[in-house]
Amino acid sequence: MKLADDEKAMRDGAEGPAVAAAMDLLVRYGEALGAERLCDTRNVAGTMTQPSPVKAKLVSEGGWNKSFSVINLDSDDDFEIPHMRVPTCQLQHGFSDDALGIAPYPQSMVELQGDAESFYGAHGVNILATCTPYQVGNLPVRGEHCAWMESSAVVYCNSVLGARTNCEGTASTGAASLTGKIPYWGNHLAGNRYGTHLIESAVPVEGFLDWGMFGYFVGDIVQENRPVVTGDLRQPDMTDLKHFGAATASSGGVEIYHIPGITPEAPTVEAAFGGRRTPDKIVYGERERRAVYETLNNQGESTDVDFILLGCPHASLDQIARAAQALEGRKLNPGTELWLMTPRALRSVADRNGYTEIIRKAGGRILTDSCPAMSKSAPEGTRVFATDSAKQAHYLPAILGIEAWFGTLEDCIDAAVTGTWRGELR
Amino acid sequence: MTITIEGRGIVPGYAEGEALVSRETISGWGGIDPATGTVIERRHELFGVCFTGKVLVFPGAKGSSGWSGFFQSTRLLGTAPLAMVFTTLSTKSALGAVVTRVPTVSEFDGDPVEIIRTGDWVTVDADRGIVTVHPDRRG
Repeated sequence: MKLADDEKAMRDGAEGPAVAAAMDLLVRYGEALGAERLCDTRNVAGTMTQPSPVKAKLVSEGGWNKSFSVINLDSDDDFEIPHMRVPTCQLQHGFSDDALGIAPYPQSMVELQGDAESFYGAHGVNILATCTPYQVGNLPVRGEHCAWMESSAVVYCNSVLGARTNCEGTASTGAASLTGKIPYWGNHLAGNRYGTHLIESAVPVEGFLDWGMFGYFVGDIVQENRPVVTGDLRQPDMTDLKHFGAATASSGGVEIYHIPGITPEAPTVEAAFGGRRTPDKIVYGERERRAVYETLNNQGESTDVDFILLGCPHASLDQIARAAQALEGRKLNPGTELWLMTPRALRSVADRNGYTEIIRKAGGRILTDSCPAMSKSAPEGTRVFATDSAKQAHYLPAILGIEAWFGTLEDCIDAAVTGTWRGELR
Repeated sequence: MTITIEGRGIVPGYAEGEALVSRETISGWGGIDPATGTVIERRHELFGVCFTGKVLVFPGAKGSSGWSGFFQSTRLLGTAPLAMVFTTLSTKSALGAVVTRVPTVSEFDGDPVEIIRTGDWVTVDADRGIVTVHPDRRG
């Protein structure tokens, strides 16, 4: 891999040993990929503050400097970590103190994470603490080279925003944060962003549930490839595409998709395929739609629901407002809990608007920073949960060993109030 | 009798040992337990199987961007595989191999998952990008 002069200087220690270690990791990684060079980035979304047993041990030995050196720079040495070189944010992490007494989650982990926030905040890491940084202060522009983790954020960044990122990891984002560099490979190159598969919906795709189900179908079909989706698609909003992308990255590993006429790199179907031959279309019809619904509901047997999970990926203000509207003046079934996950910045708006109070009065909770899958924590004794998120229905049964139901927000609120799942495909 | 397949070295180094072959892609987050070096995904063909000290042969990485971090943890906890041999290269598997720091080869002229069987003795020469299978030396 060819290094530019500034990159060679960093490798050779001109910016200190931590930056040299970061450049060493980027060289090892870039050569592993077969990248020809690195590119500049001023937008990093990674993870440093999430607590884990390995991290707790490293911190006890050498503080957060050692944790960052070993985990985020993949080094054997222990460096004093400089200020972040380029804008860097923390993605979702563990539960925070707003979950104490609500989620069965160790207080020691909450405290360790709080300590990490102080250290990294002082080093220039913006603690957005969400899987949706694009909702709360990190909105890349088209063409911007980014170094992001979190599959649902990566697919949103590439597809909806037209910015360019691969699905990075803990060490590559750590190294990028201190160097402002990332391998110029994969999604960073225009030629690797064109569509490979054409999927046409013969049924109307409208609203949160249907965009999620369509995404789950598309991801399963194309796996790691690049779908172009057309057909009877009604105008989506940010919340719909947040769900669609997360679903494609759960049933498959989609990092970029195109919706001609909607997403920025696809004014037309032809443009989405970069002028190459348009492949034969794969059709999503009523039968396929029903099959997806049944797959997402095949991990539920008991209709006695004890936990409702909303806000995966982290809820938008619109989702919070709708949940509050549906819960206004009602009471949760005793024995059923409801958590709605959102970034803390949006929770503060929900507080001002009174949404939080409406949800609290009904017996539900707005929680921030994390989710049951990230923190491996649901209400004590949960056996059956329901969600409006295809991603959470995909992952949580395996992670927590619980049954799952998938449906609309209204189905979920109905189950929260009655304690019984009555969802069906309409 | 030996079979040789040629690919590209992803992480340099040389190792030889017994193969553990997965025909299914492997998840990091939610897929392996770094403390024990075992696959923990319930529906996976290797559920409960330990890969520590084995030449791990698999089609590629799937799932969360936490993949590399989980495999890095196997190195830190002493449960890492001896070497990695995989079919499809992605940012997850490339970075994962780099931070696990074991000899790794990918981008082959033939599919290693089809050619290598669990229990085969395998030499991984990642400096030259060559994997040699010795089916006669099965344990």
